[in-house]
Amino acid sequence: MSDDRRDLSHELPRTPVSEATVAARRGKLTVATISLCGCWGCNLSTLDLDERLLPLLDLVTITRSSFTDLKRIAGRCDVGLVEGGVANEENIETLRHFREHCDVLVSVGACALWGGIPSLRNSIGLDECLATAYLDSPTAVPGDRPTIPLHPEIPRLTDRVRPCHEVVHMDYFLPGCPPSNDAVFAVLDAVAHGRPIDLPTSLTHYD
Amino acid sequence: MSITVTVDGVPVTVEEGATVADAATAAGAYVPTLCFHEDHPALGTCRVCAARLDGRVVAACSAEVHDGAEVEVAADDLATMRRQVVGLLFAEGNHVCPSCEKSGRCDLQAVAAETGMLTSEFPYRYPGRETDPGDARIWLARDRCILCQRCVDLVRDDEGRPVFTLTGRGPDTRVELDHATAAGLSDEQVAAAVDLCPVGAILRKGVGYDEPIGARRFDVASVRERALRGERR
Ligand code: SF4
Ligand code: SF4
Repeated sequence: MSDDRRDLSHELPRTPVSEATVAARRGKLTVATISLCGCWGCNLSTLDLDERLLPLLDLVTITRSSFTDLKRIAGRCDVGLVEGGVANEENIETLRHFREHCDVLVSVGACALWGGIPSLRNSIGLDECLATAYLDSPTAVPGDRPTIPLHPEIPRLTDRVRPCHEVVHMDYFLPGCPPSNDAVFAVLDAVAHGRPIDLPTSLTHYD
Repeated sequence: MSITVTVDGVPVTVEEGATVADAATAAGAYVPTLCFHEDHPALGTCRVCAARLDGRVVAACSAEVHDGAEVEVAADDLATMRRQVVGLLFAEGNHVCPSCEKSGRCDLQAVAAETGMLTSEFPYRYPGRETDPGDARIWLARDRCILCQRCVDLVRDDEGRPVFTLTGRGPDTRVELDHATAAGLSDEQVAAAVDLCPVGAILRKGVGYDEPIGARRFDVASVRERALRGERR
């Protein structure tokens, strides 16, 4: 099927980065972020850093993020922030790619840490969930044959939603749904200044 | 009569009959407790308050100290045990704090943060536990029950009859709500039962998220601050 495959975003042609930019980035720490099966809320907490992002960007370059939607990390990366749990095959592939390319990998938020809201389906079972969504759905088009979508371009769901650390080794954990901007800042600031990540109790929240 | 014990090497004087947890509080050392309620006898069911008494690991809420006793609470291995016991409770049930009405006023959640539990070290089980929505005022959400037995041992109606019981054994143990007895409780008794449950397993219907974030019990003062000033619940 390889000839039918569309180009992925990281394979598309792109404007080369100017030498000045390359020089400015040299020596900075590289950070990549990704959202697996999450709601983007954790990434929004990063955006919520507001003006605190600016001095941080003197020390850190964000290479790959949910905002650029590049799928792959080019080269090595110092720190990967992973939002969301593992709910389908594509999540597994992406998480493994992050593990291979990042020196330090951080689970960010309830979904990455234990599955979060998407893991509510675990105690119900995948068959029943799919049946309710597609076969017995009250919003199904009358007269249509009830169908559960299946296509090579749609990632297959895993039987259960899993925490990231059940799939690859994760180095640090940042709880919260989402973690507050202060908690995200504590992690990035520690990383940027080469300190170990040590979340104070006051920033440890599960909600 | 007063006796003298050491807590992590610091001598303190306590009354005879004091527990390891009392001695720790007297010494200004925090040992988290979960099933223990200051107004009631210790249950000793949750084992979160692991501490060392004369070299043996005990439940701090129920083990009594004696004159000359050596108590340890801060050692790394004890902190790890406490964090792991809390982690077991999270892995065993379904604790979806982001959507739980008890969040911010839940003893399990507050204690977990104090032990430094970020995620459970055990595989999450995602059990399919039946909830009991059948009572007019009480919603029994078994997903969050940690089987501490506070409700079983302490909730009684005016005739002294139990309202909550345990059935089953081992992993099948679960709390049952006696609907007939529950119907006879006053609103105050229902509120007391809801408050007594350390987690969000016994909830009052029709109330919901009545306290805003920032004003909830443990937003106002952490469980550690409360314990150190002797408020053990
Ligand atoms: S009972 Fe406590 S720990 Fe469990 S989901 Fe509710 S707030 Fe979280
Ligand atoms: S319902 Fe609440 S009080 Fe009763 S055993 Fe379960 S956790 Fe304890």
